[in-house]
Amino acid sequence: MPPGLIEGIYLFSAILFIAGLKRLQSPVTARTGNQIAALGMLIAVIATLFSQKILTPVEMIGGLAVGGLIGAVMAKRVQMTAMPELVAAFNGFGGLASALVAAAEIVRMVLSQETSIEVTPSAFPYVSILVGMVTFSGSLIAFLKLSGNMTGNPLEFPGRYTVLIIGTALIIASIVWIFFGGDLILCLLVLAALAFIFGILIVLPIGGADMPVIVAFLNALSGLAAAATGFVLSNSVLIISGALVGASGMMLTNTMCVAMNRKFWQIMVGGFGGDSQEEGAGKLADGRTITSTTPDDTAIMLSYARKVIIVPGYGLAVAQAQHQVRELADVLQEKGVEVKYAVHPVAGRMPGHMNVLLAEANVPYDSLFEMDEINHEFESTDVVLVIGANDVVNPAARHDRSSPIYGMPILNVDQARAVVFLKRSMRPGYSGVPNLLFFEPNTRMLFGDAKDSVSELITEVKAV
Amino acid sequence: MTPYTFFILAMFVGREVLSKVPQTLHTPLMSGSNAISGITIIGALVSAGMVGGGWAKWLGVAALIAATINVVGGFMVTGRMLEMFKKKAED
Repeated sequence: MPPGLIEGIYLFSAILFIAGLKRLQSPVTARTGNQIAALGMLIAVIATLFSQKILTPVEMIGGLAVGGLIGAVMAKRVQMTAMPELVAAFNGFGGLASALVAAAEIVRMVLSQETSIEVTPSAFPYVSILVGMVTFSGSLIAFLKLSGNMTGNPLEFPGRYTVLIIGTALIIASIVWIFFGGDLILCLLVLAALAFIFGILIVLPIGGADMPVIVAFLNALSGLAAAATGFVLSNSVLIISGALVGASGMMLTNTMCVAMNRKFWQIMVGGFGGDSQEEGAGKLADGRTITSTTPDDTAIMLSYARKVIIVPGYGLAVAQAQHQVRELADVLQEKGVEVKYAVHPVAGRMPGHMNVLLAEANVPYDSLFEMDEINHEFESTDVVLVIGANDVVNPAARHDRSSPIYGMPILNVDQARAVVFLKRSMRPGYSGVPNLLFFEPNTRMLFGDAKDSVSELITEVKAV
Repeated sequence: MTPYTFFILAMFVGREVLSKVPQTLHTPLMSGSNAISGITIIGALVSAGMVGGGWAKWLGVAALIAATINVVGGFMVTGRMLEMFKKKAED
């Protein structure tokens, strides 16, 4: 295959990627968008196979078959509630692949040097290994945290900064060493090991509440790793695609930071929010107490409401109550109640987490509203049902300057006529901040597992 | 065009195209774009196909497996998710 032709085909693939991503601007066109992007990938792979003349059929076809099979099984088997950890895992594989390709390139360079061809050392493969390995190990920790195999609490240890600073110095030193005739393979191994440790150290101190940011950030890194590999191989389609993904991930990272009113560096410092095991008090210092309620009382409130807004949070995903919630909304709508959903941008553990869960339960996407679209509607809402959300509705974010969540844009549920919290216990949210809304006179607490509570609500509403 | 031009231009295109993606589709955007970042598969194929490259080839094969998991899994799971996004009328 002439080199011009393969370049043209790669460019065509890149165009298909852009065309496919553009279609993600609307849920109506998104499906074909994904198919167009997948087609672009298929074309690029087939063209590469032909241009390489399949010199090592066992390795090439075998590698594709093994990887394809593993990927397909993972994609088919995954529960929608496990989507955050799956996305983290795929990010990790992407980063690992980029690092390995760069490593193979270095080994090839060294071997061709031995056969007397002089090669100028380049920093690109090392940058690629660095970014790729950080993506890999960072995603690995994110995966372990999100899947619950490791505590969601921020893990900090003394001397973390010292380790990070020494590590950075070593990384710079080893890259400089390459240009002064250092052993290329040794540099490779040192850098890969350092980058692996770095990725772990970066993600360990990130608490549950900040997970959406870190998942988006790892997504950006996986793209940048691919772009770096593109620079190594001077392959334009890798550079273009990597940059596209990098831009997408950075945009999402930024959106998540804005939605929490926190700076990216503040999140990277870590230590914010984990699974609090402490039971929050049912009583405030000034004597105000919470009012708990029962499913039948709540059912009466809901049945006679004109308008109900449901606010889902991570607790909904944990309880896997999305199908019950949809059923409750259906039953209410049959009774003539207007039901809408209000989704905060950082609800859950990754960008768009709640939307995917509710879509799985067949909630039509046009009844899901973003914060800015729905915030003015709470005033005219009779009942707000908060299911497994906490910090995103905490009014402390608005007026308590001492609160760690101060300044975070929240859903104005306190403006509704009545608020019912479906919660397991009085445990505070991931920020560890007590929610004063619990103690308001128009707030009711419905304690119990979200799935059980909603199921009971369905039965009671039907009986009203 | 130099590789840097490609890189900067693509970042800009990405930002322009993707900033209009609604919050509802942020998860499919992540998993779909992540599948695209599996384009490293091309580099992996070249490495895995190296003859006389010694053990560089085996690094390539490992890269190929990881990249293919990323690509196939990523596109499939994105498809599965997007399948679920329905409008009221389509029920």
